[in-house]
Amino acid sequence: MEIPYTVEPQPETGLYNAKLGIWLFLASEVMLFGALFSSYILLRTGDPGFMTIPHDVAEALGLHGEAHRWSDELSVPLAFVNTLVLIFSSITIVMSWASLRLKEFGKFRFWLGLTILCALGFMGIKAIEYSTKFAHHLYPETSNFLGIYFTLTGLHGLHVVGGLIVLVYLWGPGSKMWKTAPQRFINRVETVGLYWHFVDLVWIFLFPTIYLL
Amino acid sequence: MSVLEQPPPKAEDDVGHHDHHHVKEPFWRRYIFSQDHKVIGLQYAFTAMFFLLFGFCLMILMRWQLAWPGKAVPIIGGLLGETNAPGGIILPEFYNQLGAMHGTIMVFLAIVPLAVGAFGNYIVPLQIGAPDMAFPKLNMASYWCYFLGGVIMLASFFAPGGAANSGWTSYPPLSTIATQGQTWWLAGMVFLITSSLLGSINFIVTIFQLRAKGLSFMRLPFFVHSQLVTSFLLLLAFPPLEAAAIFQFFDRVFNTSFFRPSGLVISGEVLEVAGGGSPLLWQHLFWFLAHPEVYVLILPALGIVAEVIANNTRKPLWGYKSMVYSLIVLGFLSFVVWAHHMFLTGMGTTISAFFQTTTMIISIPSVVILSALFISLWGGSIRFTTPMLFALAFLPMFGIGGLTGLPLGLSPTDIHLHDTYYVIGHFHYVVAPGTIFAMFAGIYYWFPKITGRKMSDFLGKLHFWPSFIFINGIFMPMFIVGLAGVSRRLWDGGQEYSHAQPVLQWNAFMSICAFGLLISQIPFIFNLFWSIKKGKKVDSNPWQATTLEWAAAPSPPVGHGNFTEDPVVYRGPYEYSAPGAPDGYLAQNVPGKEG
Repeated sequence: MEIPYTVEPQPETGLYNAKLGIWLFLASEVMLFGALFSSYILLRTGDPGFMTIPHDVAEALGLHGEAHRWSDELSVPLAFVNTLVLIFSSITIVMSWASLRLKEFGKFRFWLGLTILCALGFMGIKAIEYSTKFAHHLYPETSNFLGIYFTLTGLHGLHVVGGLIVLVYLWGPGSKMWKTAPQRFINRVETVGLYWHFVDLVWIFLFPTIYLL
Repeated sequence: MSVLEQPPPKAEDDVGHHDHHHVKEPFWRRYIFSQDHKVIGLQYAFTAMFFLLFGFCLMILMRWQLAWPGKAVPIIGGLLGETNAPGGIILPEFYNQLGAMHGTIMVFLAIVPLAVGAFGNYIVPLQIGAPDMAFPKLNMASYWCYFLGGVIMLASFFAPGGAANSGWTSYPPLSTIATQGQTWWLAGMVFLITSSLLGSINFIVTIFQLRAKGLSFMRLPFFVHSQLVTSFLLLLAFPPLEAAAIFQFFDRVFNTSFFRPSGLVISGEVLEVAGGGSPLLWQHLFWFLAHPEVYVLILPALGIVAEVIANNTRKPLWGYKSMVYSLIVLGFLSFVVWAHHMFLTGMGTTISAFFQTTTMIISIPSVVILSALFISLWGGSIRFTTPMLFALAFLPMFGIGGLTGLPLGLSPTDIHLHDTYYVIGHFHYVVAPGTIFAMFAGIYYWFPKITGRKMSDFLGKLHFWPSFIFINGIFMPMFIVGLAGVSRRLWDGGQEYSHAQPVLQWNAFMSICAFGLLISQIPFIFNLFWSIKKGKKVDSNPWQATTLEWAAAPSPPVGHGNFTEDPVVYRGPYEYSAPGAPDGYLAQNVPGKEG
């Protein structure tokens, strides 16, 4: 039994099944991150001390004088580098998809490999960030700002890891499909590409709202 | 699990199917890790019915306690465990677990999986003329996520301190300091949310992409429309609860303060947390899911009832188009009414005014649909079959449930009624004699589709009439008790409160009706299993229905692939009493005059 429109687009919607599926999945993801961001807004506006480091904690961190903000504890340069890395990976994944459509499998592998490296780089920088926080005894329980920071960036990181697994699969064993069902393989790369763009987009919202504001 | 004991849905029918390269799969691929929407539908059905019975039994224990507090539970009292019920007498802590788990199991593990997972899975692809769901593997994953979620929920009864005990709503800060069972509850919920996410994507894609040739949206059976809107609700409403569950998980496991305000005092001691959190935030996130969830519970039921009524009145649904548009409006509005559950939280009169206005507006499309169904009866030559009895009972029951909701939607009256038995009566009228009766209607109606045999009509009536009487005996007095102001969460049913004294006698009455309801399910359970083997054999279209699942596919269905040839649709779904039609009806797939 064959399910229709797994490869070719359905004439009415103009989409193959998986493409409609991934868009719907992304809609639910918008609701997930929408709820997370809304909670962040509500907690931040609901508590006047949300951003302020209590005096005793500031002392322990070696901060003196004026009131300090939690967001000052985050590393803007690292997050900025990470933003660039992710945006660059969005470009490379489009390049890998475009190369496939031009039937240049070697180039596809190169660009997808670069995307994977970007994802690994992002997670590496994330690990450095997290470990610095832990080294300073800054945990999710320390304050609600840090709780939000760890929860939101953690869930985003989880999405990066999830994408990474699929990217590695498509780069390695999954790429055999190029020989047997090329159009279907192109669709797969396109679908994961859509997801990947979404993950980047979430970060583009996370970076200013958590690190800069 | 009963799913595994299910006889194969006529495996030999695979022979002669156009799909000759189809290799016979081993047993575990066909019936356990199956990717066929029909097998998955049955897996959902039997698992959900198990949970329906289980959740009902939890309620029976509660009803015993409410009617005769402090008396040992007879017969099974000794099995409840010394920590829960020493000497068979239910402890308050155990009662709280029963309450929380009854709600959770009934909503998330019984009714939604039955309405969407079982009926949706089995019927939707057949009704739209599709060979299967769009993503069979996801479909299988969806069932197994649900199954795992269910196992986690059941296992949580054996966690230290027992299962979750903070109500099915899990309000913080209570839930953030509750026993370990609450963490299990959160873990179980994550699986259930994943399951419904995968399922809803699958339904939407299937309905958009795989409709048969000629089956435009306004020719879809109403049931398919109801499943489509339901899937959108599940897709978009569940993620905020997932976010909330993650936050609560962090509060419980990593000691964060998302839902814990500063200076929280527990048993006379200030809780050592950072503070600054908002318990109200949980309520917003929870009800953002849980109000659309109410429509997830009711819409598939409306869909089933519409099918059964059109078929048994032998005439087209009255106002099919207005029903479809009302359904869509209902779907949209269900996202902007959630805070009517929170009038007493002190969120402010402006917000209350907004939400009571939207709540009043949402009653309009609901009334349109219900009225259309009532008017559909007018002038029909009604066949009082068993499914029709349940469908007919659904209409006034859902009506009572809906209308008693109006005083709860207005914040002045809600102040008195909030958290009383009146609320319990209200939503149980919607869900129990409402949705569950519609589920029964659906089971009796589609049973011949699944097995090629009919369920016994005599036993069906023996199931229907006592159930109908007893279920009203349980929920009608709740309005009286609730109006007297008795809280819904009291372990002793209100014995210690003077204002509850005049209505206390109803407790025993309601409990006896509940036991009666339990006994009335015996004919159904017997009928269900007996008819699989011994039921009267019927032809492919025993109800003389017009929709594709009956008209274009043999019953019981062929294996993978559903249709022996791709059906083509020529007209709308309910061409009953069509002038000049040979048997008085025109099936959707019969060529001829376009309708």
